[in-house]
Amino acid sequence: MDQTYQVAGMNDPATYLSWGWLSISLPNLIVIVLMVVLFVLAIVLPFPKDRDQS
Amino acid sequence: MTTTRPAADTTPSPPIPDSAESPMWTSRLRRAWLAKLPPDKLLPDRQPAYVASWIYVFGVLTLAAFLVIVVSGLALAFAGPAWYHTSSLGHFTNSLHFWSVQLFFVFMVIHLWGKFWMAAWRGRRAMTWITGVVAFLASIGTAFTGYLMQTNFDSQWISFEAKDGLNAVGIGAFFNVTNLGQVLLLHACLLPLVVGAIVVWHVLLVRRHGVVPPIDAVPVTQPADTIGDPEVPR
Repeated sequence: MDQTYQVAGMNDPATYLSWGWLSISLPNLIVIVLMVVLFVLAIVLPFPKDRDQS
Repeated sequence: MTTTRPAADTTPSPPIPDSAESPMWTSRLRRAWLAKLPPDKLLPDRQPAYVASWIYVFGVLTLAAFLVIVVSGLALAFAGPAWYHTSSLGHFTNSLHFWSVQLFFVFMVIHLWGKFWMAAWRGRRAMTWITGVVAFLASIGTAFTGYLMQTNFDSQWISFEAKDGLNAVGIGAFFNVTNLGQVLLLHACLLPLVVGAIVVWHVLLVRRHGVVPPIDAVPVTQPADTIGDPEVPR
């Protein structure tokens, strides 16, 4: 099995991160962080103006 | 040899009732539809100024991802696992289906957060909010059955974990997640229709009631040069 496939492969168990009672898989954590970052950017970043209004 | 035309029928035909007054159910349905959702609301060419924000993009991004899911899913259904498990194009289409589902959920969750924090059920939009929630729940069921029909160790693990969970809440007798035939039909036939119908209903409600304004939006009746002036009532 080549390295590229192993990174995105789903036939192996995921890496789990644990802090006390909290346990979460690395793929789930990445997706949650990605969603939060996208949500903040969607609020903060200015939307391009319509060419008719400029 | 000569032929003669039959004489024209000069009997006056009965008057056709105006469609605005016709008692036919088709006419009544059309009038009711047009009253609730006229064409300029169904397919508008302008949107309010507050829609010019990235947070308003995620609803249509979810729809775009859903379209990719449906098209790639149709290809998978027609060609079958003998194609998508063995050929390069089949692998690609299978992956396209999987990753568009990931994007669908990412976009839908951000859409949900945005609408929650702007209280999008305001202004008689409760049913729009409810259909969105039901679409989300139905999508989870559709994605779950999709994971179950991968026919690999991952799906085997998920199905046996889910079986215990469903048995624990008392519905294991009605929904056997280890029955691949049942899961396949639910995922490919029933649930996509359910999600599609709810999404269409949701979008029609958005078109009917309009995109929800931000909580502090100023009505357009206020002159632009007085916006922000505390002395001027809204």
